[in-house]
Amino acid sequence: MNNLSVEHLTGINDLTREDIELIFKTADSFKEVINRPIKKVPSLRDITIANLFFENSTRTRLSFELAEKRLSADVVNFSAASSSVKKGETLIDTVNNILSMKVDMVVMRHPNPGAAKFLSERINAKVVNAGDGTHEHPTQALLDAYSIRERLGSVEGKKVVIVGDILHSRVALSNIYCLQKLGAEVMVCGPTTLIPKYIEELGVKVEHNLIRALEWCDVANMLRIQLERQDIKYFPSLREYSMQFGLNKEILDALPKEIIVMHPGPINRGVEITSDVADSKQSIILQQVENGVAVRMAVIYLLAAKIERQ
Amino acid sequence: MEKQVILNSRHFELTIKRLCHQLIESHNDFSESVLIGLQPRGVNVVSRLKKELEQVLDHDVICGNLDITFYRDDFRRREKPLIPSATNIDFVIEGKKVILVDDVLYTGRTIRSGLDALLAFGRPQKVELLTLIDRRFRRDLPIQADYVGKSVDTLISERVLVEWKEIDGEDKVVLYTPDTNE
Repeated sequence: MNNLSVEHLTGINDLTREDIELIFKTADSFKEVINRPIKKVPSLRDITIANLFFENSTRTRLSFELAEKRLSADVVNFSAASSSVKKGETLIDTVNNILSMKVDMVVMRHPNPGAAKFLSERINAKVVNAGDGTHEHPTQALLDAYSIRERLGSVEGKKVVIVGDILHSRVALSNIYCLQKLGAEVMVCGPTTLIPKYIEELGVKVEHNLIRALEWCDVANMLRIQLERQDIKYFPSLREYSMQFGLNKEILDALPKEIIVMHPGPINRGVEITSDVADSKQSIILQQVENGVAVRMAVIYLLAAKIERQ
Repeated sequence: MEKQVILNSRHFELTIKRLCHQLIESHNDFSESVLIGLQPRGVNVVSRLKKELEQVLDHDVICGNLDITFYRDDFRRREKPLIPSATNIDFVIEGKKVILVDDVLYTGRTIRSGLDALLAFGRPQKVELLTLIDRRFRRDLPIQADYVGKSVDTLISERVLVEWKEIDGEDKVVLYTPDTNE
């Protein structure tokens, strides 16, 4: 197989296992490209990509922009803070205005769940979801699974625990879909208030004790507490959360085996993870960032291959 | 489909030997020269040349593989995207004499992409081209090989395939001609 089964990347849930493996295989080649003296290939010379960020982002946006530039695409950027959205324009109007300037692909982050899917059904361009509210963040899940595959050789049969604010996390949901499709076992761990009801229906284990979760797993993905999405108090204080669910060096060293520590960023050092853990050799946080560019290049390349030539 | 062997295993071996001696004539001991095979099939030629050259020279010859998928000029013009192969150039090509190697030279478009891809690794002193089979008179671009195993005259409808002892069981080059009544 050498073609994606989807026309847009709105969520991991739409992808097949073959799609994910194709993306990884292509990303392997791009990873080699971004380590060359000239980190650029001319494949997407005739493609224009708009990055629409209706929500703040540093890492994802930079990573997408670098990926696009390393494929030689033309790039336009847009952020809600400095746009007509503030003047009352609708999403479709904003995007159609941009598309009439002949844009072939849209990378969008939006605070509303389902925004990417909504857009993909209504516009004539490829859509890549860069995070839609609390729904999905597909490229993050792809790069997380890719980093596990890189470190451990494969994802199949591995045990991964996702710790933290599962309720508000799009990274958690995309990770669950992605890891399960690749044959990994997934557990979620956090305070009862931050674990969605009925999440067992997705086939994941639920654990409220951090130590027990860590003893079970091969990989721990530590999520940030998303205070900006929390409308009410879900736990008494950050300090208490950190004492119960924060990962520190003592806990890590006391485990029976060496586990891998991941974090999608941005890190709140001292809350979900201490500095010495984040900077330890068991942490692959910076590799995740590097792999992010290669994985996003692969996604954009494979979707661009489906754009028809006029 | 009609099959015609245009290079049998005996001649195949002679041709490889001759190419190696031609290379040594212009590159002496290969201290400033490297062989780079174009993925996927130029790599086979390189590994055979390397074996032969090292026997004659009695020391290592530096070789690499180059994948040109992302440099092709037919992206989005074909039905399906091409799956890239590995690039493996773990040496510096800056200032070196590079010999690009492929099995069949046809339209010249692969070599054009190969030159582009190569320059992403630095500025070689000189680039030469070696091909086992040259399908002459079929070029789309002004590209010619410096070392040619065998030149053949072919129709566009014909196909030339190089087979290898290690992969297909026997060294030979086969020309496939479609039946005229097809």
